[in-house]
Amino acid sequence: MRRYFGRKLLIYVLTFFLAVTIDWLIPRFMPGDPVQTMLSRAALHAEAREVMYGYYVRAFGLDVPLWQQYLNFWNALFHGDLGTSVYLFPQPVVKVIMRAVPYDILLLLPAILLSWFAGNHFGAIAARTRWLDNTLLPVGYILTATPYMWLGILLAWVFGIVLGIFPIAGAYSFELRPHLSGAFLASLLKHWFLPFASIFLVKFGGWAIGMRNMIIYELESDYAHYLEALGTPRKLIRKYAFRNAILPQITGLALDLGVIVAGALVTEVVFSYPGIGYLILQAIQNQDYFLIQGCFLFIIIGVLLANFAIDIAYVIVDPRTRLGMTGEGA
Amino acid sequence: MDLQVRSETLYFAWRNTKLRVGLSVVLFFVALTFIGPLLTDYAPYDYVGPAAQPPSPEYWFGTTIFGQDVFTQFVMGLKATFQVGIIGGGLGTLLGILIGFTAGYRGGLVDEILNIFTNIVLVIPTLAILLIIAAYLEVRGILTESVFIGCTAWPWAARAIRAQTFSLRTREFVDLARLSGMNVWRIIMTEIAPNMMSYLLLVFILQFGGAVLIAATLDFIGLGPTNAVSLGLMMNNAVLWGALLLGMWWWFIPPGLAIMAIVGALYVTNVGLDEVFSPKLREM
Repeated sequence: MRRYFGRKLLIYVLTFFLAVTIDWLIPRFMPGDPVQTMLSRAALHAEAREVMYGYYVRAFGLDVPLWQQYLNFWNALFHGDLGTSVYLFPQPVVKVIMRAVPYDILLLLPAILLSWFAGNHFGAIAARTRWLDNTLLPVGYILTATPYMWLGILLAWVFGIVLGIFPIAGAYSFELRPHLSGAFLASLLKHWFLPFASIFLVKFGGWAIGMRNMIIYELESDYAHYLEALGTPRKLIRKYAFRNAILPQITGLALDLGVIVAGALVTEVVFSYPGIGYLILQAIQNQDYFLIQGCFLFIIIGVLLANFAIDIAYVIVDPRTRLGMTGEGA
Repeated sequence: MDLQVRSETLYFAWRNTKLRVGLSVVLFFVALTFIGPLLTDYAPYDYVGPAAQPPSPEYWFGTTIFGQDVFTQFVMGLKATFQVGIIGGGLGTLLGILIGFTAGYRGGLVDEILNIFTNIVLVIPTLAILLIIAAYLEVRGILTESVFIGCTAWPWAARAIRAQTFSLRTREFVDLARLSGMNVWRIIMTEIAPNMMSYLLLVFILQFGGAVLIAATLDFIGLGPTNAVSLGLMMNNAVLWGALLLGMWWWFIPPGLAIMAIVGALYVTNVGLDEVFSPKLREM
């Protein structure tokens, strides 16, 4: 188990280091000058412009040599400082992101976990029920092949425009301010449902198919045949098959997080849902590189933390990793 | 593969419904990609007629809010989709094969290092990197987009191919080749690769589908090709110009539907091929 975690930790540290370095490169090697961009918005005199330019270059810490900037970046990072947003100047990037994070958690956590559980259970049932298999399989393949934004657009159009049941933009009604009340929570839930459903459905298809194929594969394996020959009840064999089949699905969940993040991004764009995905789009459109940098860093940290949580779950579920045999082979 | 085995494979391929259905859908869209441009007289961004028209005999898929022909954009977008799939998916598969073979066959330290590298690329959300690259390049073509997608899509393929190579490496016929003094790449190309051909085909199909979906995502946030039309870009424009609120369903339904049909059909084809290649999975 120590070897397992040691390895994982090494990979995480290297990944984090590499990701932060790439992240640091963003504003420095992007076309255009973010400070110029910001200044060009305010109509200033040429002299005032020069003074302001000097001020902002110092304010953003761009006046020292590159290696110093790099070290400063790490230093600031450990102090929880991600710089100042250009597009929402003078708000700090961390503050802007922190406003968006709760919506991401609200949207992603239920969508990922519920689709995973539901998909696995449906897949396992489908693998042994013919009529369900014949209906679920095509539906599953269609769902998992659907681009997130298109399903989002479709749901928004059908339920938002044609039927008029759900709102299609924002996280809560524009008349309300975030506060704790029944009306606000109801509005929050109503705005949450369609983006949640579009992520859930796409993911559900993928998990259900994966599980169905794994179960069929496991039921064909030697131990299943052996148990069958011994006269073990089918229910018990399936239980064992399920336990074995769930392991690749757990690894799959870890591998898939990056894809889900991308899916969430476009879904948020479709529904103007004020999470990090929507923020990234605005940051790109406004060339706010510091904000892009901050969002990217948050995504990296989120994905790494989720991966780590999955690794721990894996150790609990797969006893081979605990005994020092690398069950996963990674 | 001798002749008898080959005809047997073809027989099972023809008998497999999934393969037949999946392949038919894909071929239909391939045909449409080639025939479509001949059926339209316009360029994708030409202003050809009245704005926001629903489908009619004149404009098969209606017109956009600017009066552009949706059908023309659609068939041109299909072409872009297949290009991204073939180039991006192909490159992803190639890199996966290269890294997977090397890691799996060499083993030891090389394997260890490549494995760590693969895992790192696997964990970093590739879209974030693609976003940055896309925003960095002012002018982007479909080729550049495909290349970048291919460069970030290989890790899982490399991992899967490594595992397969690893298990083939210890077989007797590979030992024999090694004893006879063949060099590493010849062993990989003549002894290991042919035994994995069917598997590599499946990997390519999945990479193709993945590349198409990632391209759609990039195009949708406006980071796709700047000098061409694509299905993702059509959806982007439709949403941007309020097709939803105006109820212009003919503008945003076809592009997404086509992506879903092509990628879904490919996945189904994949399952069908899997059954053809591994007798254990065949439904009798």
